[in-house]
Amino acid sequence: MMASIKRKVAVIGAGITLFRRRLKETGRELSFYATKMALEQAGITLDDVDAVVCGTAPDAFDGVHMKGEYLADGMGGHRRPFVRVYVGGGTGVFTPIAAWWHVASGHFDIVLAVAEEKMSSCFPHPQKAFTTIFDPIYTRPLGANLVWIFALEMQRYMHVHGVKKEQIATIAVKNKRNALDHPCAQLPAKITVKDVLESEVMVWPVQRLDISPPSDGAAAVVMAAEHVAKQLTDDPVWMEGVGWCLDSTYWTNRDLYYPKYVEYAARMAYKMAGIKNPPKEIDVAEPYDPFDYKEAHHAEGLMLARKGEYLKDVKDEDDIFAKYGRDGDLPICPSGGLLGVGNPIAAAGMMKVCEIFWQLRKEAGKRQVKNDPRTGVAQAWGDLMQVGTVMVMRV
Amino acid sequence: MSVKVKEYRGTYYSRKDLEEGRVMAFKDRPEARYAWATGVAMGRFLAELKQGRIVGRKCRVCGRVLVPPRMFCEMCFRPTDEWVYVSDTGTVLTYSVSYLGPAAERLKEPIIIAVIQLDGASPGIGILHKLGEVKPEEVKVGMRVKAVWKPPEEREGAITDILYFRPVEEG
Repeated sequence: MMASIKRKVAVIGAGITLFRRRLKETGRELSFYATKMALEQAGITLDDVDAVVCGTAPDAFDGVHMKGEYLADGMGGHRRPFVRVYVGGGTGVFTPIAAWWHVASGHFDIVLAVAEEKMSSCFPHPQKAFTTIFDPIYTRPLGANLVWIFALEMQRYMHVHGVKKEQIATIAVKNKRNALDHPCAQLPAKITVKDVLESEVMVWPVQRLDISPPSDGAAAVVMAAEHVAKQLTDDPVWMEGVGWCLDSTYWTNRDLYYPKYVEYAARMAYKMAGIKNPPKEIDVAEPYDPFDYKEAHHAEGLMLARKGEYLKDVKDEDDIFAKYGRDGDLPICPSGGLLGVGNPIAAAGMMKVCEIFWQLRKEAGKRQVKNDPRTGVAQAWGDLMQVGTVMVMRV
Repeated sequence: MSVKVKEYRGTYYSRKDLEEGRVMAFKDRPEARYAWATGVAMGRFLAELKQGRIVGRKCRVCGRVLVPPRMFCEMCFRPTDEWVYVSDTGTVLTYSVSYLGPAAERLKEPIIIAVIQLDGASPGIGILHKLGEVKPEEVKVGMRVKAVWKPPEEREGAITDILYFRPVEEG
């Protein structure tokens, strides 16, 4: 299937807005700022863009149906080929994947991938809108809250592998601390494992500091075919592997301890990129971390650690930074992740793609990882514990 | 963030700014009501709940008993073959203790929820429900539980015809 792909695709520019709990700007305005920055960084104007791919999550957050069309103007989609893609929380990484096939197919040379989320419009809390993702007949009458499924999955992960909450909390400590160096971050903080374990219980075993916040924000990348990218920049970042996979919404019918669908998505991307030993060949990774345990869960799905072993030998803050800090063995979530930078759903996944782009370009400033990274991976996840989207990038 | 960029856009406002009118906001509550046809499989499932029974569907190719029932097997991608009654007893696969309601509001008394594999369903085929008559700290993965039903005259053909599952002692 992959042997027929001839055209190489590069990311040549990225843009992002602040991530905050509430922003006065509309989704269209935020999209415009992120898109404009990505175009400027790529050194092109909208006139050079052939097509636009939009990523944004549930319409219910904005209360506007056909949200993609609504946002199109701000994303540079006016009078251009424009499409919205949507796979729940996996959307942020799926958006550049869709833009990739626009270019790899040979149909377009320069394509914008823009992701936006504005969760604050739904008030007092977007959780209420989130509950409509559950099956209306079976699940909703039980009074389901979205945090339930994470708590059930976290419990199952801890039970099967004997992982402790103290170990998982180190991930929140690392990511929120990493976010101190991200100028767009919503919840950067210097906290301790003790702070996490003493924070308010939401849905046990999930506590307040285990969770990323609702956010507003937007992010964008410009992607170009090889012959164009080489004209426009000396530093293209190549998209060398893409993968995605969807499991069933019958999430109680599978063992939640391991995200098999993330593994399938990763295998697709790694095969395409020629990666055989992920922990050795990948220098920096941004697995999806809407909850702290999810970083471990997804790093295992990405085969960066064996099942249940991501936190092996991690007993405290020092251990996690030694293994997964910016100067650690394998830097994970150097951006600060969703836990630290924020979680405007689709834009959060795109933020991870932007981070890998900046890390590989050595533009990440204080966040720059120390291992001279050549290969990075970004991953997002979502829906009812069921979708994995993976992108491998190289310089 | 790139070192090449000096300014990032976005203007924060607080919930208080909204409540006290310091931010221009237009409020609306869209009216959207639904009546979902339950479908073939769930319709039978709900009708059986009203009778105090739990029914699944079996696929004879992969051999799985699916609960709640489906008219097709998503793995074999063929119609399922027969209705199979499963027990109202089962095993806790995972659980959690929720202090949050559907709108993220705080609950005074937490509710315990669990994924339960009913006896007669295939391994790993769990259902979501609540646990009762047990303290949060007493719940364990692997615990044996049994359904506590509403009285027959109060049942309406809904998943809530089962009030919750309670622990059972087995000798």
